[in-house]
Amino acid sequence: MLISITADPLDPQPFIEHVRRDESGAVALFLGVVRSSNLGRRVLHLEYDAYPQMAEKKLRQVAEEIMTRWPISDIAIAHRTGRLGVGETSLVVVVSSPHRREAFDACQHAVDRIKEVAPIWKKEVWEGGEAWIEGEGQPTLHPE
Amino acid sequence: MKATVKFFAAFHDMTGRRELDLEVREGLTVSELYHDLRARFPRLADYGGSLLFTVNAEYVPADHALHDGDEVAFIPPVSGGTHAH
Repeated sequence: MLISITADPLDPQPFIEHVRRDESGAVALFLGVVRSSNLGRRVLHLEYDAYPQMAEKKLRQVAEEIMTRWPISDIAIAHRTGRLGVGETSLVVVVSSPHRREAFDACQHAVDRIKEVAPIWKKEVWEGGEAWIEGEGQPTLHPE
Repeated sequence: MKATVKFFAAFHDMTGRRELDLEVREGLTVSELYHDLRARFPRLADYGGSLLFTVNAEYVPADHALHDGDEVAFIPPVSGGTHAH
């Protein structure tokens, strides 16, 4: 299991290598990437702010939850902070498992849970304005 | 007793600070603390019931009472990509 909160650019390859096992017939990779437009606005860049100690703890809890619930081999989660331009990777989730279905399901569930519980926020900066994007989902109290 | 408040994201913008050390009275709850801070930082928004609180990096209920040395942060709804699709 590998959890990382970093201001450095995210390269998925080391995370793939970290979770891969000889028993793993499947490695599912999700990348969250900054897109060029949102709600009809042309996005210039995003700024991610995190409560680092808590975010790391919550990402670890999500990873442990996923490991308990699915028969996967390993999982790695990395979230970037700071200023990200269009096309840059903000989130990496990689899951390895013997068979593909568990890898897909666990990876998707992990991404959903990260959005729910991780104290990480994004500010969208577009031409002529900026706003902290507050999601629909709210963290659950005492999610563990 | 003392408490440290950390300001992230919108709270950082609204207060211009990352962190604040405060002298607080024994038994002060996290929601009372936020109320007091709004008097000092008028730009702090009234989130009503949707504001969440953490103490020492764990979510706590609004009526959670502070202890000496606690680290407090306020959490608006977490960023989600869902509504932006």
